[in-house]
Amino acid sequence: MIALHLSPLLASIFSLIVIGALVLSFVMLGSRWLMDYMLAFAVQSWLIAILSALMAWTGGYTELYFVAVLTALFRGLVLPLMLLWVLKRLHVNRELHEVVRPSTALVLGAVLVIFSMVVAYRIGHAVDIETRGVVLALTVMLSIMLIGFLMLAIRREAVSSILGILMLENGIFLGSQILVPGMPLMIELVLLFDLLVAVTCFVVLVWYLMASVGATGSQALQKLVG
Amino acid sequence: MSAPTLIIMLLAAPLLSVLWSLLVRRLMQWVNLLAALVCFPVSIWLLIGAAKPQIYFDQMLYVDRLGAWVLMCVAVVYLLASFFAMDDMRHGREAKRLPSFYALFALFAWTMFAASMANMIGVYWIGIEMTTLVSTFLIGYERRAESMEAAWKYIIIVSGGISIALLGTVLLYWGGTFVLGPTYTLDWSILNVIAPKMPAVLLQLGFLMALVGYGVKAGLAPMHTWLPDAHSEGPAPVSAMLSGALLNCAMLGIVRFLAATDIAGHGVWPHRILIALGIASLVVGALFIMRQRGLKRMLAYSSVEHMGVIALGFGFGGLLGVFGALYHMLNHSINKTLMFIGAGSAVHRYGTHDLMQMRNVPTAMPRIAWLWLAGAVAITGAPPFGLFRSELSVLIAGWMHGGTRWVAILFLLLLIVIFIGFLNHFRQMYVATDAPLPEGPKPGVMTWIPMLLAVAALLVLGLWWPPLFTQWFGQIAHQLGAAS
Repeated sequence: MIALHLSPLLASIFSLIVIGALVLSFVMLGSRWLMDYMLAFAVQSWLIAILSALMAWTGGYTELYFVAVLTALFRGLVLPLMLLWVLKRLHVNRELHEVVRPSTALVLGAVLVIFSMVVAYRIGHAVDIETRGVVLALTVMLSIMLIGFLMLAIRREAVSSILGILMLENGIFLGSQILVPGMPLMIELVLLFDLLVAVTCFVVLVWYLMASVGATGSQALQKLVG
Repeated sequence: MSAPTLIIMLLAAPLLSVLWSLLVRRLMQWVNLLAALVCFPVSIWLLIGAAKPQIYFDQMLYVDRLGAWVLMCVAVVYLLASFFAMDDMRHGREAKRLPSFYALFALFAWTMFAASMANMIGVYWIGIEMTTLVSTFLIGYERRAESMEAAWKYIIIVSGGISIALLGTVLLYWGGTFVLGPTYTLDWSILNVIAPKMPAVLLQLGFLMALVGYGVKAGLAPMHTWLPDAHSEGPAPVSAMLSGALLNCAMLGIVRFLAATDIAGHGVWPHRILIALGIASLVVGALFIMRQRGLKRMLAYSSVEHMGVIALGFGFGGLLGVFGALYHMLNHSINKTLMFIGAGSAVHRYGTHDLMQMRNVPTAMPRIAWLWLAGAVAITGAPPFGLFRSELSVLIAGWMHGGTRWVAILFLLLLIVIFIGFLNHFRQMYVATDAPLPEGPKPGVMTWIPMLLAVAALLVLGLWWPPLFTQWFGQIAHQLGAAS
């Protein structure tokens, strides 16, 4: 477990990056502009790429350099550009129908973080590693995932749903960099590839929705019930 | 033939069909059927030969009896649905887009073959995710507003759900690092080795997350919400593949994670959770079948119900439970394909999905009406068809376990409710003989062939439990640690 023996300086840098990623997910909760969501996701992906590179450097996992480059390239550049392209053609630049107001969403997000922290402490206690780094990584991983699900639940625009899913996957990537940096390279590669395919799929679907439903909010999807 | 040759044939046949559909763009329905005709005997051959778990192709593929059993279920559905696709896809579709349909159809079969043979747990996850990507386009194929809606809900709910399974895999890998060091390969056989030694909390969390994640894909209630939409809005051959084949592939993962908790000695609680999900699925299925008006939606809820039965079988455990669940997988695959073939023909003939407008079926579709009715009787679990035997053995398994007796009683009651609800819809469709005849196209011979084959198979499986199956199921139960 690499997170166990780091110099204080490196440990602080790791914590800073991890917490930065968590704060960025709150940007998504607190805003109603789709462009903000996209930017927050892009910056979060860059932070994760930096984390991978640092992990590779300190732990000697050379494969992680490759993962860092791919994360920065695909999740930090290609996906945001594709979303930008979609956003420009959608003529929808903000959430129109709010289920929960951004201020309430922020409070809900905070509750989720506290919940994740309790769970992380429990896990850390059960596996006898109460190092701050591990608990922090677990907390942030679970929080980002839960906030991603919250986004899926309370935002109605198609682009918000896509970003919700991308963000909860970001949470898993971030956690797995710290907890299991030795997970085989191939898996990580295919995950990145897979994500690209998924987003292509999403983009096509947004177009389909535009063509046939006339709107891209999920409140228009009410035909199939029961 | 050796196993690697068989595996190559199984994976190459659908891929060649994909290439043919994309490049040649003529006669693709025949090439697709040919591929399915190759896959079916090959999968049986593979199943017969899979006495011991084996790893092939540089640790990429893993074939054991359980995986090969699921493979065979996929191949059966692929074959029957390929017959029907030739008939179904002639009606009211743009001929220009047919090649892309057949390419996606064969690719869908290929992803399911690959997922059931994946050795590493991460690759299995990718395989399941790939089935989602391919089938999304098949569900949205007709490009009506409803099918777009179904496809969108499908991809969002399933990719969100399946990411929980990914988190579970990461936690299990983390647990393994306490045993094997920071870098190792997490595959199915390693999982059983490390499960007893890893921190219990990580195994428990990993199992729960895998259960919820793959449970979304397997259509277990309350994670089934995508299923009725997706199954009702795709073309009927696709509905059959989704329902008969794909759900089993996701169940395969759940069963393997369950086996790991058994081997690690975590006792009954993982089984209890699976039983709870199974009963929830049966309740949801029963309630929604009773008041359903959409024909294919009714069949979709019936799939939720039958996944519940399979979950109950593995949840009750023991030899009988596992036997029943495995037998039910095959029976349900055949039967649900039969039902969707009939439903697809009826939708074309009547030009509607509404059950209330489908009357006088025996006169409207004389050749297949009685085969379809036999399928309807079979799917409610009535004798003398295969599903009666498998549901009976699941029921007995629940009854014999002291703690789950009330579950078995509830299970029986729900089955009776579903029996009444399902057949009542069919009664109304069959008896009103004075209704005017519909205008739509009549089903052809390629509809009749697979329905006849399916009814015959169900009848045989109901009257005679092949002794070879007993031997195979015994091996699987032993491998899952359920024999004790």
